[in-house]
Amino acid sequence: MRKRDEQTKGGRQRRVFTPIRVTQGIFAVLFAAMIVYLCLYAYNNRQTMMSNSYNSRQKILLEQNARGSIFARDGEVLAETVTDENGQETRNYPYANTFAHVVGYASKGKSGIEAQENYWLIRSDIALSEKARLADAGAKKNPGNSVTTTLCVPLQEVACKALAAYRGAIIVTDVKTGEILAMVSKPDYDPNEIDRIWDSLLNSSKEDARLLNRVSQGLYPPGSTFKIVTALEYIRENPTDFRNYHFNCSGSYRRGEEVIHCFHGESHGSLDFYKAFQKSCNSAFADIGMTLDRERFAATLKELGLGKEVPVDFVCNASRSDITASSPDDAVMQTAIGQGATAVTPLELNMITQAVANGGVMLTPYLIKSVDSADGKNLYKEAPAKEIARVMSEDEAAILTEMMTLVVNGGTAKRLQEAGYQAAGKTGSAEYDSQQKTESHAWFTGFAPAEDPQIAVTVIVEQAGGGGEYAVPMAKRIFDAWLDGGVPGS
Amino acid sequence: MRVYLSEIARVGEALLMVLYASFSFLVFLYRTEKKRKPFYIAQMVLMILIQGLLFMQMLLKTDDLRYLFFFAFQVVVILSTIVMYRLIYPDANLLIVNNMCLLLMISMAILTRLSGTKAVKQFIIVVASLIVALVLPAVVHRFRFLSELWWLYALAGIVALLVVLVLGRVVNGSNINYSVGGVTFQPSEFIKIFFVFYVAAALSRAKGLPQIFLASVIAGAHVLILVFSRDLGAGLIFFVAFFLMLYIARDRFLWLFAGLGSGAFFCVVAYRLFAHVRNRVAAFLDPWSAIEGAGWQVAQSLFGISVGGPFGLGLYGGTPAAIPFVEQDFIFSAVAEELGIVFSVALLLICLSTFFMMLRISERIRDPFYRLLCAGFGIVYIFQVFLTVGGGVKFIPLTGVTLPLVSYGGSSVLATILTFGILQGIVLIRADEHRAAVERLTKEKQGREQAGKGRRSGRSHRISEDEDEEA
Repeated sequence: MRKRDEQTKGGRQRRVFTPIRVTQGIFAVLFAAMIVYLCLYAYNNRQTMMSNSYNSRQKILLEQNARGSIFARDGEVLAETVTDENGQETRNYPYANTFAHVVGYASKGKSGIEAQENYWLIRSDIALSEKARLADAGAKKNPGNSVTTTLCVPLQEVACKALAAYRGAIIVTDVKTGEILAMVSKPDYDPNEIDRIWDSLLNSSKEDARLLNRVSQGLYPPGSTFKIVTALEYIRENPTDFRNYHFNCSGSYRRGEEVIHCFHGESHGSLDFYKAFQKSCNSAFADIGMTLDRERFAATLKELGLGKEVPVDFVCNASRSDITASSPDDAVMQTAIGQGATAVTPLELNMITQAVANGGVMLTPYLIKSVDSADGKNLYKEAPAKEIARVMSEDEAAILTEMMTLVVNGGTAKRLQEAGYQAAGKTGSAEYDSQQKTESHAWFTGFAPAEDPQIAVTVIVEQAGGGGEYAVPMAKRIFDAWLDGGVPGS
Repeated sequence: MRVYLSEIARVGEALLMVLYASFSFLVFLYRTEKKRKPFYIAQMVLMILIQGLLFMQMLLKTDDLRYLFFFAFQVVVILSTIVMYRLIYPDANLLIVNNMCLLLMISMAILTRLSGTKAVKQFIIVVASLIVALVLPAVVHRFRFLSELWWLYALAGIVALLVVLVLGRVVNGSNINYSVGGVTFQPSEFIKIFFVFYVAAALSRAKGLPQIFLASVIAGAHVLILVFSRDLGAGLIFFVAFFLMLYIARDRFLWLFAGLGSGAFFCVVAYRLFAHVRNRVAAFLDPWSAIEGAGWQVAQSLFGISVGGPFGLGLYGGTPAAIPFVEQDFIFSAVAEELGIVFSVALLLICLSTFFMMLRISERIRDPFYRLLCAGFGIVYIFQVFLTVGGGVKFIPLTGVTLPLVSYGGSSVLATILTFGILQGIVLIRADEHRAAVERLTKEKQGREQAGKGRRSGRSHRISEDEDEEA
């Protein structure tokens, strides 16, 4: 064995054995890595692990703390735990069906905000002195932390009433911040009754799917609302020439085997780019689609969020499109009019609309404003206007706004014309596969006021028919409520 | 009042642990046990305080006054262990004694919380082990022919392992136990000691490649038998200990790389061959999708570690019993859940400082057999800590070994306490070497002074001073 002498500063000698020092180093590094890993893993995954249904530790916290409340933006109670004199706890939802999907339920595996914010709701972060005071006063449990949402009660109620007995979804967001103001999915259920009706909810028909939050989980063909995207790509590829576009519509467009028909077989005659969008001419947009560079089109779709996870904390499906650089003609033609393999969630369409209204910057939609302890200490605050990306230039957003304004002024959304504000939007009547090929979902997505946008509204009414007749009036009731008064904070 | 006291205990014990751990590293700045003494005394005080807070927590939660007696018993046992070591073996290394005692105390506290009867059983074994271990330093110190008996260690190890292989009971998919007269042993814990003795003796005598080859074959036989008994955790410890000891004995990086290379090769072979190895690897890569099967233990362990936060839920505040085999293989996760991440990281650092001290002693010894023996025990100890903690926190796949001194299990705690006793014997041998060197140098100096008629020799004087410094 080699021995080495090491001269130290004071002239002292110390024996050093390299292999022993190397061994020491190996374990020092291993332990350092393990400790860092252990701390990071435990910290970063604490919320998801706490909410895991296999984690029995939730029970411990629930024995110590009463589940916290969920509030609307103006302080209305959306969910609270009520304890009777026997110590029996019940979860109370004062608005019953109105917030069913977005707020969710707290038993049977949990959903919505109840699931998303479970980690905070079952903890109690009140001050130690407060805990001591409660214990001295004989309280069995500490109050859990409360969650304040971005939801606006009057707007949610209007949206809920507007959708009435139809199956469908409505989402309203603040275009400057990304706050979700209303999120309605139908058919719904009463979360107060969840334990009693659970089995019938699970056994409801596939079409009903009452537990599904259609806003974020429902994937629909976007239909003509997708022409916003096709138009954006065409403007991008022809930044000066797009105004010179011309098409003569005879009610259908043929390319090889594939034929695209206009809605109800209507012929729109001679059209420029704006008119084609205003009248929602399928034939013209199929023609526009054929001129697009498929590689660039695919890149734009991806940039807008198709095929990507949405950066939100609630359960959400990714929208999708099958366009690639080598897509066949028929796939491009179908995608250009929002049919084919294209499927989007109302949330995704709302985000694209929000980006147009916000000068091209897409924001992260969010539901949680803040989390506070029961004694008023702030534990978490969401930063408003978190940018996902600039998805289009200001000029492109301005042109699209101009076009969407034309849709309202004399186009397919003319039922929004008679209002005290200027709205902008796009309708859609999305055909979907069923026994009778004629059925379609009614869509509208838009924002108002066009000159200084405040809110973006996206509506889908399943199996209703044309977007102009069914979806636009619903959107109007929401715009009216927010812009013509009635809604506090608007 | 109760609320405040629990909170003080919860945060206090973590901070005291951090203080204790930092003292464990600060002692390395001083080279003699004499200069380290203030730290050792401070550590003893901290030890009692930490244990006091742990039992205070349990008392606050349960109002059971019996805990006070248990606490008093433990303090008496631990203090007398430290005092006895100081009285009988003034040369003993007190950092290792202190750390051993602290880990045993934490073990008693957490086992008391997990299962009263198991804690009492473990306490009795610990006391017996401590008494037996007290004579070991003298034995090791006195009988200097231990390095001659290499064949005996190899024989004993292999025969004992074969007996387990043939007669052992299958526990959790591995046949690693056998019963003699109603007492269940886990022989691989003791064979570890023989194995380190064997490797140290064989390698310190080896003159060239043929002897190294023979040693590798015999060590390989140990590992193979363990693999056939499906005790892969122990097999891995033997394997790593052998190659690191070989590297230390020969001081050639070649052996380190040879160990790494063959280790990687055997891991791949084991992965291909054994379904339970594949299960463990799958559960390590993604415990969440296999949560109802192979991933259950790791997932529950991670839940526990994560829920505790920096200061834990407090003793009796969590549900560590949700982790299967928590007292043996997942004791670290139970500590993290109820005592917090700060406390458990400090615990890991204390284990690491114990290992560093073993290496420091090893480095100072001139006799190659004892140097290797000391380093070998250190490696076996720290690698086992790494395996059990790493497995529980999903840093590496699970191997199912115990956390030495802290986990429940008579064989494990007895074997570890015996190892620590043997180590103190090696410290005594080092002290002898040191005294002999000082004596030699003084004689030389005197001789020179006589010969040179009072002419001073600065160099020899300086070296003798250096020898005096080392301990």
